[in-house]
Parts: sequence; C-alpha cells; structure tokens
Amino acid sequence: MDYIHNSIFTRWITGIIQNRKAVTGVGIIFLFIVLAIFGPFITQDPTAFLSTPLSPPSWEHWLGTNGQGQDVLAQTISGARQTLMVGFTTGIMVVLIGALIGGISGYYGGRIDNLLSLLINVFLVMPGLPLMVILASWLPPGPGTLTGVLVLTGWAWNARVIRSQMMTFRSRDFVSAAIVSGERNIRIIVIEIMPRMLSLLASSFIGASIYAIGAQVGLEFLGLGDVSTITWGTNLYWASNDMALLTGSWWTFVPTGLSIAIVSFALTLINFGIDEVTNPRLISERVWRENIPRDKAVNGITPVVKDHE
Amino acid sequence: MNNSVNYLLRRLGFYFVAAWAALTLNFFIPRLMPGDPAAIIFARFRGKLKPEAMNALRETFGLTDEPLLGQYWSYLKSMLQGDLGISIAYFPEPVTSIISSAFLWTIFLAGFSLIISFSLGTLLGSIIAWNRGGKLDSILPPSLAFIGAFPYFWLAMVALYIFGFELSWFPLGHAYGSDVTPGFNIPFILSALHHAALPALTMIIVSLGGWMLSMRNIMITTLGTDYISFAHAKGLSSRLIMLRYAARNAILPNFTGFGMALGFVLSGALLTEIIFSYPGQGYLLLQAVRAQDFPLMQGLFMTITFAVLAANWIVDILILFFDPRTRT
Repeated sequence: MDYIHNSIFTRWITGIIQNRKAVTGVGIIFLFIVLAIFGPFITQDPTAFLSTPLSPPSWEHWLGTNGQGQDVLAQTISGARQTLMVGFTTGIMVVLIGALIGGISGYYGGRIDNLLSLLINVFLVMPGLPLMVILASWLPPGPGTLTGVLVLTGWAWNARVIRSQMMTFRSRDFVSAAIVSGERNIRIIVIEIMPRMLSLLASSFIGASIYAIGAQVGLEFLGLGDVSTITWGTNLYWASNDMALLTGSWWTFVPTGLSIAIVSFALTLINFGIDEVTNPRLISERVWRENIPRDKAVNGITPVVKDHE
Repeated sequence: MNNSVNYLLRRLGFYFVAAWAALTLNFFIPRLMPGDPAAIIFARFRGKLKPEAMNALRETFGLTDEPLLGQYWSYLKSMLQGDLGISIAYFPEPVTSIISSAFLWTIFLAGFSLIISFSLGTLLGSIIAWNRGGKLDSILPPSLAFIGAFPYFWLAMVALYIFGFELSWFPLGHAYGSDVTPGFNIPFILSALHHAALPALTMIIVSLGGWMLSMRNIMITTLGTDYISFAHAKGLSSRLIMLRYAARNAILPNFTGFGMALGFVLSGALLTEIIFSYPGQGYLLLQAVRAQDFPLMQGLFMTITFAVLAANWIVDILILFFDPRTRT
C-alpha cells in the first residue's frame, strides 16, 4: 500500500518540478506571497498622506499616488496580504466542504445522494453575486465575513466534481475489496479513496482560490468589504470612488488589476501543470508526442487531448 | 414524447425546489444574523426615515409580533403575489417597479453578450479543435486564458479608460444619449447600440475563452470517435463532418454548462454595468448597497434568481431538441 502511494507521489512531485507551467506558476505565487509578507516592511507607509492626491508615477512614488495622496505601490503590496489570505483560506475551506459533501454523496449513493445532490444543484443554479451581496451587507464587514460568504456560495461546484469522481471510485475493485474485508466506510473514504483523489483536490483548491480572489475583489469593489483596510478590492473601490477614470489617473487601478490577473493566471498555470502530470490521458499523449513525429500525427492516431504550447 | 414531457416536468420540479430554497434563504438570512434585524435596520436609519417608511419596512420584512412560522407564511404569500416590498432609497416606490424598469436593460446587455460570446466561443472552439496544433490553436487559448484571469469589472474599467476617456470612441456611461427620446425610433436604437457596444465587448472578451476551451476539449474527444473516422472514410466534406457530425454532438455538454454558468456570467455582467453606469440590475445593486436598501437588494436577488431559473429551463427545452437521448 505504502509502496504504491510513495511511487505515485514521487512521480507526481518530480513531474511537477520538471513541468515548465507548474514551476512558472508556483514561482509567481511564491513571489507574491513573499512580497505580501515582507514587502510592507520595506515600502512607504501605505496609509500615510504622502503627496498631492492623484499625482502620476515619479521617482518618489513609482506608481504615483491615489486619491488620498497615498503611495500606490505600497498599497498594492500591502493589499496582497488580506486578499491572498482570504483567497487561500476560502480555497481550503471550499475543498474541505466539497470533499465532505461530495464525497459522502458519491460514496453512499441512494437516498443520501439524491438529497445532497439536490442541495448541490440548488446552490449551483443560484446566482452567486446577489446572494453574496445580501449576506455581506447583513454581516459586519471584514475578512471573516468575506470568507464565510465566499465559502457558502462557492462550495457547490467542487462538491459536484468530487461527487462524480467519488462515484467512479466507488465502483472500483479495491473499494469493494475494502468493504468485503470489513473496513469502516469513513476509513475507506479518508484512507483509501481520498489520497487517490489528491490531484483533483489540489486542482479544486487552486480553482476555488482563483474564484475566491476574483469574487472577493468584486464584493469589496462594491463597498461590501471593510473599506478602511487595504486590500486589492478596496484599492479598486477607492480608485473608482475618487473618480480615477474621469481624471485619467490610470495608475490608481492598473497595478492592482494586473496583480489580480497575474496571480489568477499563475494559479491557472499550476492547474495546467498538475493536470499534465497527473492526468493519465495527458501522460499517454506526452508519450505519443515523444514517439510519433508531428507530421505523422493525423486523424486516428492523434492523441485525445492536446495542450497548447 | 411522453418522456420529453416527463423530463421537462422533472426539471421544472427541480426549479421549483430551487426557487423555494432561494425564497427561504431570503427570508431567513436577516433573521439568522446576530441581533434583531429590525433593530439593525432601524438603528441605521434613525432620523433618516419617516415613520411611514419605517412601518412599510416592518411590513416588508414581516417583522411583526407574529410567530416565525406565521411571518414565513405571510412572506411567501406576498412574494407569490409579486410584492417585493418598498424601497428605502427610492421611498415610496415599490421594489417591483424599480426593478422592472431596469430589468430590460440587463436582459438586453447581458443577454446579447452572453449569446454572442457563447456562439462565437463555441464556433472558435470547434475550429481550433479541428485544426489543433495550428497557428490559431497555439495563440487563442493561452491569450484568452490570460484575459479571462482579469476581473470582469477591471477590464471594463480599462476599456472605458482607453476607448471612452482617452480616445472618446464610445460614451462614458448610461444606456442612451440625452438627445434621443426612448421609443421605437432609429436615433434611439442607434444610440442604445452605441452605448451598449463597449460594455458588451468587454463581457464577450472575458467570457469567450471559457466557452472556447470547453468546446475545444469536448470536440477533440468527439473527433477521436469511430463515427467521425467512418464519416471521413465515406468521403464526406470536412466542413460537413466538423459542423454537422462533430460539433453537433460536442455542443451538448457546453449547453448544459451554459445553464450553470449563467449565474456566474450574470454576476460579472452586474459589475460591468456598474462601471459603465448602465441603468440595469447591477447599477441598482450598487445603489442598494450604498443606501443599505435591504428590500431592494433582496428583490434583486429574487428576480435575478428567477431569471436564471427560467433561462435554465429554456436551455433544458433546447437540449431536448438537440439531444435525442433525452427524448427516448
């Protein structure tokens, strides 16, 4: 048992280390996390009034100042803290809840599955933003509220994916063998099945984090976060409140938006990488590609999924 | 035939459950919050609201001295009669009339961009799947994936800044110019289209990549199946195989995804509307948040949910036409 696990894990880890997309993505995310943790000690005070409001980029303020005369670079760097924190916390919680509900639903089947998948589908079909707005406006603003609201509106998609994966595992021989040998259901789910779903759980976590960062910024942009804290969302909220567009001060919203996009894109790259390393279809495709010259790959022997390099 | 009716009724039953769940959430959220909802609202509006507005608010929320079940019952009854209460920000206008005037604009803007981005994305997805490994296939997916990483509303800000503010190609906001009279006349229609073009374009660009990638992946799987090889062997033309044989089958999962993604895309559309000060649901949502207009917020949640459910049902009907398997 351990032997199999170890060999799969070593293969995945070496695969991911060798995968160009995954390494680029991890590098970018690592850079942003380091900046978020240590950056605020180096930059100017992000809350201080330093210069004329809305002054363009200059030597003193590399990215200019915002409508409150605060340094945009310092704001962008310290905004990463709470945004990434809430994003990744939400990602973890969404995966845990998704694995719990989706796993139970897919494993037990029958009436439990009917009930739980009804719940999943109801949450899937409900439009997220208006529901988030109602919840966030009733609760006191802050990172806790944001996380709770994002988890409540975001768990269903992961639960659905994990449920269908669980259903395919449920019918495999090793699960039947475990049931026959008298193992408890909880043990089968947690010890036997979940480790085999690790790549799915990892990519679910990354997908949920991307969603959480985007949705969180949207909510804060609407003014539903704590507008006195510095996050990427409140940066954009203030940029729009201070008429950044009508005064032509692009530097107040471009750095924050680019940071969000780069982080999301880096996470997407990690997901592509995980997929390439752990998806058996893509592994066999790589073998195909290495062994068959490109001009020979016509209809019929072309691999099922091809990546876009 | 019987089966199709059964299928549609089953789906309809699900939407009723979903609608009921949304209504119930909408009822319980204010009541589950820490503290007394009535006290929270009234504390926030002390001095700002007239006594009659306070009473209207109390009635809207059913915050009477009735027991909870009684409150729930009268809430459901008034909801079914289409009574969403009275807005605080626009007092004394009923929420229903505020929302209905904004609703058409959202349907116009979000509906059209959604349909265009879905059709264009699906078509592009089939084309790049057909010519996989080609030039288009190596450029489009990564660049659209990168654009898709931006928040909808941020891209809207940039587009508004470049094309509206710097270049003045497009107006800076609103749904139509102040120089035209709303109605069925050519200047108004042209003006409305001109005002909708930039917000629609940003929404299409952000959401295009998702449809394209999922269509591409399903299409490539479909192209690997035997019946496609058989069609090739019969000597059918490439275009016929691509569109009538492969794309027709590959589009089905994308259609199902369409219903699911609707709520997500609509959320993005709401934020885009805010950037462009477009007088739709999103703009109302912002007003409601700013004024802490709870009845309006909850009314928006309900109408948007119902719209999404209705659209999903239409998608179900379409699937019935496209997918013979649901009919057997």
